[in-house]
Amino acid sequence: MTTTLLAAGSATEHRGLTMTLFGVFVLATLGITVRAGRQTKDASDFYAGGRGFSGFQNGLAISGDYMSAASFLGIAGAIALFGYDGFLYSVGFLVAWLVALLLVAEPLRNSGRYTMADVLAFRMRQRPVRTAAGISTIVVSIFYLLAQMVGAGSLVALLLGVNGDAAKRWTVVAVGALMVVYVVIGGMKGTTWVQIVKAVLLIAGTALMTVLVLAKYHFNPSALLGAAADASGKGTAFLEPGLKYGASDTSKLDFLSLGLALVLGTAGLPHILVRFYTVPTAKAARKSVLWAIGIIGGFYLMTLALGFGAAALVGPGVIKKSNAAGNTAAPLLAEHLGGGAGTTGGAVLLAVISAVAFATILAVVAGLTLASSASFAHDLYANVIRRGRASEREEIGSAKLAAVAIGAVAILLSIFADKLNTAALVALAFAVAASANLPTLLYSLFWKRFNTAGAVCSVYAGLVTSVLLVVFSTVVSGKPTSLFPHSDFHWFPLENPGLVSIPVGFLAGLIGPLLSREPADPAKYAELEVRSLTGLGAH
Amino acid sequence: MDNPSTARPAPPDRLIATDRSAEFRQLRRSFRGFAFPVTAGFILWYLLYVLLSCYAPDFMGIRLFGHVNTALALGLLQFVSTFAIAAWYARYAGARLDPTAAGIRARAAGAAARTPEDEVAE
Repeated sequence: MTTTLLAAGSATEHRGLTMTLFGVFVLATLGITVRAGRQTKDASDFYAGGRGFSGFQNGLAISGDYMSAASFLGIAGAIALFGYDGFLYSVGFLVAWLVALLLVAEPLRNSGRYTMADVLAFRMRQRPVRTAAGISTIVVSIFYLLAQMVGAGSLVALLLGVNGDAAKRWTVVAVGALMVVYVVIGGMKGTTWVQIVKAVLLIAGTALMTVLVLAKYHFNPSALLGAAADASGKGTAFLEPGLKYGASDTSKLDFLSLGLALVLGTAGLPHILVRFYTVPTAKAARKSVLWAIGIIGGFYLMTLALGFGAAALVGPGVIKKSNAAGNTAAPLLAEHLGGGAGTTGGAVLLAVISAVAFATILAVVAGLTLASSASFAHDLYANVIRRGRASEREEIGSAKLAAVAIGAVAILLSIFADKLNTAALVALAFAVAASANLPTLLYSLFWKRFNTAGAVCSVYAGLVTSVLLVVFSTVVSGKPTSLFPHSDFHWFPLENPGLVSIPVGFLAGLIGPLLSREPADPAKYAELEVRSLTGLGAH
Repeated sequence: MDNPSTARPAPPDRLIATDRSAEFRQLRRSFRGFAFPVTAGFILWYLLYVLLSCYAPDFMGIRLFGHVNTALALGLLQFVSTFAIAAWYARYAGARLDPTAAGIRARAAGAAARTPEDEVAE
């Protein structure tokens, strides 16, 4: 990767430094991954990291998995361009963790084994439910992967100048190749350590920038807000809701839709759910969420300083010129804080923050690739295609092949999607997760009468509704920032489908069991209930 | 169950017996009695915040002190309430849920194999 990027443009000092720092990160994490790979002996190691991580370690890893390029680059950019409306993302992303803490983490840890589908299929017929859950896991993960890779692309565009299209593509390819290597060699153990290292780096980098920004305003946040409002050209409106979502009734509904998707999506994200399997007990799963809430909450508070700092110090004009969606606000701010463009300090800080952002992206894409390939192997291949007759070795082999295939698909798609804001793309993944996965998960755990028909209905209804509404929205066509800017076949007015698709998912799960003649199995529900609440019989 | 590898044997009678025991019913009541209403509460509180952001721009624009307006203050309050609810649940679970669950596991362990939950020293 280093040679490609250096060859693509004239080698300048900061670029060399970024590449060196990033190279160190890649080498260190590859070393960790190879070591983890040697300790990966069976399926429990590969899928669940041997269930040997502590609550604190897993809390860091969850934060590393969750604080994605969308959070770091996307939210900082959205705040820098739209002020308060960008902050709305942070609030939803954080509050969502309470759903995971109160309703999902502990029962899931006790009831499942390797994938989300383990819990959904616990008391149902295996093949139809695992097929549905496997498909929805892969769809959610691909949306999320796209967001991360688009973020990687825009970062490189900043480092190499605007005409770096070829370099952008090679970066996306390199990121895709690396994530596949992490997953194939290191499995869950390797991926978890990559996420822990990344979480520490990201928190350190963000904290450093936050202190530098606040220091410019004598540690008076109110002064920072005032300066951001002045520099934005929008005055106090910059600090009030409405710049991005207040334009019309439609955009207000769009925001409501986004808010719903954010708060209900987290607890349905497969790559987050599988992290609860890496700890030995439900209590450790609870502790990991508590740590994650503390770390993630602190991080989002700091992105406020980064976003408003970027608006005040760099200015929306410069940010927009660099990347229309705002994805490069944080790195530009770093350059400014170090002393500005052309200074050594600026180059160093830009290099450090860019390397942290790359590390962020790599860790998240590795987690996504692992979760989706695990679901392919454990749910679709072993249980649906081979009907449970695959050996453990065959199953893990298919997971590794799936990782390669998912990597390839994600690379191809993200080359087309490079104009979309990474935070908006992640919001779509949240909408699909909230519509297809969360209703099914909650009904499975807490509703006695829920059955196979209900599970299949709610997954497919939520999945199909949310994906179709995205396809026929301005995300895909009809606007200059769409995936296909030159055609227009959109009819759904909102960018985020959650407002419609989440109720559809919940309703379908409610109606399915009422219409089907197949009764729920009360003995299996009793088993699930006891197991989920006490841990009796848990893996 | 059409799948031999993941199909578990019919649930042991002890799990069904546990499900019917007064102790387990108490655990389920304590868990649901906390988790369900608190979830409903924080989701409504969050939706209120979202709706105010959308439809009450004047209220949200009121300056409280310096450049901090109602919108920012309510957003930060969402952070505070999230931290507070997480801490509240941690205390509640430690005091009310964990001991009951441990008691149920201990009773079951007297009759059958130990579970992973007990093998880890907390």
